[in-house]
Amino acid sequence: MSIQPGTEGSVPAGAELGAPAQTPPSPDKGMFGVQGTGDVSGFGRLVRPRPAVFDSPRPYGGYFDDVYDALEEAYPAISEAIEKVVVDRAELTLHVRAEHIVDVCQVMRDDASLRFELCSSVDAVDYLGSDERRFHVAYQLTSMTYRRRVRLEVAVADGVPVPSVTRVYPTADWQEREIYDMFGVVFPGHPNLTRILMPDDWEGHPQRKDYPLGGVPVEYKGAEIPPPDQRRVYQ
Amino acid sequence: MTTSEYASERETTEGRVFTVTGGDWDSVTANIDPLSNEKIVVNMGPQHPSTHGVLRLVLELEGETVTECRPVVGYLHTGIEKNLEYRNWTQGVTFVTRMDYLANMSNETAYCLAVEKLLGIEDQITDRATTIRVLFMELQRIASHLVWLATTGMELGAISMMLYGFREREYILDIFEETSGLRMNNGYIRPGGLAQDLPESAVRKIRDFLKYLPKKLKEYEAMLSGQVIWQQRTQGVAVLDVTGCLSLGITGPVLRSAGLPWDLRKTMPYCGYENYEFDVPTATTGDVWGRYLVRMAEIRESLKIVEQALDRLKPGPIWIADKKIAWPSQLALGLDGLGNSLEHVAKIMGQSMESLIHHFKLVTEGFRVPAGQVYVAVEHPRGELGVHAVSDGGTHPYRVHYREPSFVNLQAIPAMAEGALLADVIAGGASLDPVMGGCDR
Repeated sequence: MSIQPGTEGSVPAGAELGAPAQTPPSPDKGMFGVQGTGDVSGFGRLVRPRPAVFDSPRPYGGYFDDVYDALEEAYPAISEAIEKVVVDRAELTLHVRAEHIVDVCQVMRDDASLRFELCSSVDAVDYLGSDERRFHVAYQLTSMTYRRRVRLEVAVADGVPVPSVTRVYPTADWQEREIYDMFGVVFPGHPNLTRILMPDDWEGHPQRKDYPLGGVPVEYKGAEIPPPDQRRVYQ
Repeated sequence: MTTSEYASERETTEGRVFTVTGGDWDSVTANIDPLSNEKIVVNMGPQHPSTHGVLRLVLELEGETVTECRPVVGYLHTGIEKNLEYRNWTQGVTFVTRMDYLANMSNETAYCLAVEKLLGIEDQITDRATTIRVLFMELQRIASHLVWLATTGMELGAISMMLYGFREREYILDIFEETSGLRMNNGYIRPGGLAQDLPESAVRKIRDFLKYLPKKLKEYEAMLSGQVIWQQRTQGVAVLDVTGCLSLGITGPVLRSAGLPWDLRKTMPYCGYENYEFDVPTATTGDVWGRYLVRMAEIRESLKIVEQALDRLKPGPIWIADKKIAWPSQLALGLDGLGNSLEHVAKIMGQSMESLIHHFKLVTEGFRVPAGQVYVAVEHPRGELGVHAVSDGGTHPYRVHYREPSFVNLQAIPAMAEGALLADVIAGGASLDPVMGGCDR
């Protein structure tokens, strides 16, 4: 796995600082993150397997089966909408195709046996380098009636829009704006998709993995301490 | 046409623009022709004493009635989430504690619960550590509600309440200082345990505080609840019902003031809250008054939890037994703050090379967290605080996102303000208790 900085056309602000765009990804091979030394210990040949995300088999356990069955009943197009079901660490994640997300949310909110009244959180993760569709938008839904939580996840490539769920969950308004601001994912159907945390004229989307952290060296008692993204990393 | 020294004016293509800096509203309204310029756009903030930090509200007024309200946030954005990706998992605590600086114990606990869930070690956290976490989260809730009472009192004209609220909060900050060495931004709760044990002197201080605060609460209620001005400024103001709250994602005291007893400590317990006896106070009015009643009652419920937590506090370890995660050194509070205890330094420097290597590896590199993602939520003084933590299997977080109640709750300001009076915008905004450090992260 390697990170390719600046694959986008425009250079993000701060990119000319020469800082590495990200702390190097956790190494797949060797230990201590050390490369290019005359390693005679044999540690350098250790290979760390990268876990893949698998479809979880039925039964999922707990209330997860009930949720899936209820969704299947209420939303017949489920086989097209849901790409993958993952149960991990006692949490259910439904990977939903982008074009179905609004309909799935609507059913999740309104169906009597689902009733996910509250959309707790909407945020995004940038899986640059490990997934073709690098941006994963995650919706954490909460059912107050049944006291359940489910995560919906939508994966899109750079430049591919995700329909806005503000029509179903108005609370997603500012959170989608934050995702647009930080990652550059566009949400068609959003009433006012503008930057929210960064200034309006900011260039680039700061929480993308190919956007540098930036920072300046600090002098302390005569010694110069480099900015956090240029320090030595042990990993 | 007059130009006051407080309200200078200039002509622009958009119309006349006033820059207002003091108690000079009259000089603005005197210059407005009521027939041709009936609409005023007021830019309130970002530096306005009533906005709890740097929140900017763009208000469109007709007379004194707000017809449109647009909140602008982001002035305090510090990039904490991005910064976390460049530090190891333990260092993250130092960052997240600075998000919502009035509820840092909740921030730290939520983060640690997420890391521990990723590691799959929730069951191995010691009872003592969990009890102290609960104890401190509840003390923090009291402190946060006291600041709310103080600032809201100030904004609605009860200046003495501000002094009293901050004074009482100082007792709680003293307790935190006694334990962690810091009043705020403690960095006290760590993945796998706590930075330091709770000293006996802090327990005594908490016991004293438990006796002290209820008397004071009565005084404040005697001062405010019967006050006609306080009632008129709060009752029927900034009403938001359950439907409105749920669609806007509002949680915490604001939701409970509308009548829905949704409190994660009861409905989705964590940290063993199911073993404590306490009630979830609600009101039915859904207005600022209801939120005041709910918060006052919550302070009392938190006092109950603190007392129970103190009673069940048994001596024992505060760190997880797994030495590959637990912090290697025994920290001690010295004259110059928190640091490695002298015994530990003597051991790693003088006796055991392996201990030194272990210490070095764990402190510089940190522990690895298996790949995956979790979402953990706790009941923060302002509502649901959610942490979405993603690991790629390394020693650094791949991504950590905070679902901040201040951020989400602020979306309710237009719903509360539009159609109401300008003065009620202040009361409504204050009743949401936004903390901009948390909102903007």
